[in-house]
Amino acid sequence: MNDDALDAWLDANAALLGITVAPEWRETVRLHLRITHDLAERVMEFPLSDEADPAPVFRA
Amino acid sequence: MSDHAWSSAAAIAAAVTRGDTTASEVVDATLARIDQRNPVLNAFTAVTANRAQARAAAKPAGPLAGVPFAVKNLIDVAGLSTLAGSKINREHPPAAADATLVARLEAAGAILVGALNMGEYAYDFTGENSHEGPSRNPHDTTRMTGGSSGGSGGAVAGGLVPIALGSDTNGSIRVPASFCGIFGLKPTFGRLSRAGSFPFVSSLDHLGPFARCTADLALAYDAMTGPDPCDPVCADRVDAPVLPTLAAGIAGLRIAHAGGYFRAGAAPEALAALDTVAAALGATRPIEIPEAARARAAAYIITTSEGAALHLPRLRARPRDFDPDVRDRLIAGAMVPAAWVTQAQKFRRWYRDAVLRLFQDVDAIIAPATPFSAPPIGQKTFMLNGQEVPLRPNIGIYTQPISFIGLPVVAVPVPQPDGLPIAVQIITAPWREDVALRIAYDLEARGVVRAPQPLE
Repeated sequence: MNDDALDAWLDANAALLGITVAPEWRETVRLHLRITHDLAERVMEFPLSDEADPAPVFRA
Repeated sequence: MSDHAWSSAAAIAAAVTRGDTTASEVVDATLARIDQRNPVLNAFTAVTANRAQARAAAKPAGPLAGVPFAVKNLIDVAGLSTLAGSKINREHPPAAADATLVARLEAAGAILVGALNMGEYAYDFTGENSHEGPSRNPHDTTRMTGGSSGGSGGAVAGGLVPIALGSDTNGSIRVPASFCGIFGLKPTFGRLSRAGSFPFVSSLDHLGPFARCTADLALAYDAMTGPDPCDPVCADRVDAPVLPTLAAGIAGLRIAHAGGYFRAGAAPEALAALDTVAAALGATRPIEIPEAARARAAAYIITTSEGAALHLPRLRARPRDFDPDVRDRLIAGAMVPAAWVTQAQKFRRWYRDAVLRLFQDVDAIIAPATPFSAPPIGQKTFMLNGQEVPLRPNIGIYTQPISFIGLPVVAVPVPQPDGLPIAVQIITAPWREDVALRIAYDLEARGVVRAPQPLE
């Protein structure tokens, strides 16, 4: 993911969530977005069936 | 007994029960010791001296008679605000009651002496805290205790208390046990009640004890187990106490060491500790925990998104009141797409099934606890497989794939010649804390693992 895409992700979500990201925090937040994105790619590429149940099971 | 600083909980309880000493003498010595050493170690954020002295005067009895203990400050103590390492929670009203685990330890005769420093909101592996200052490693006070249960590690390793409680979402008991050179137990997910503790990631949070020997872990653990209607995650099961089988030995146990992912990136001291323990246990067989890197990635996604969701109102209203290192990670976590989290939870089910199949052929797996021994306080990056990577998110690379599916682990400290201690994880099947503790006890009895006493 390039810097422009990271910036777009950050700005759109900050506005959506009502979070103010001060200029001096921006670089670190972007670093963590990049780390999270790279780890998520590894999770998302793993094939799982449509029927696979997620781990937490609500019990009524 | 004039100095209880390095006495085990079992020895203190025995001495109090025999009448060789009194709970009041133990508490007074402990409070004096905290006064003396805490200014250096910065482990305690509150000392409950009056409460402890009153309780000692009432002559508590039980398997932990007169044993002082302290708790990470995300665990409720009646009369104290539950800080969870934050500045924001200082405004919270004092807890009305003790957490379940505090009440259970006191019911067994133990005496609470205070609350302990921690990384803010438990999103931390370092033990640093911008509001309270860092907890400091008793073996070298310029170095990290590890976190997030940093004060718990420092208080036990520094001889301030024989037992402390901490929490472990991704490694926050096992990392400080490793950096501080003590024993830590992260039980099975759902084993110990979380009622009366400030959450971080409901899907992954565990509470558990630290001690300087296996028998003390077992004593504390036995006192705390059992169902709790106040915690919807706490399992509705009662198993036999672990203390009676602690010395049963390891004959017949099939023990393997984790290869692949769990050796890549480990510093020489981590591999040396693992190899020492493997050799002592005859754990010559390597075993591959499948998809461990992906498990760590999925734990990361669930952690950052659930943690951020918990703190979103505070991130919106008062972001400048957070520890900056924690805030910037949480802000990123709030921006995680829901599909990533759902896939991570689905993968968690797949991974659980795959790892449980391994336990058809082995009873325990040993793995490093941390990739290296305690780094200097303030260090931000380290070299992993030849690449400079951020330190904070990577200290837990070996602990995260295990807590991700809630397996019980005992972290055992391996003293290093001319160096800082480092721990090894003893990992067993769900609900088999007894097996992990038996192995830890055997290693300790043979002198392979032990909590080294720091020089002062």
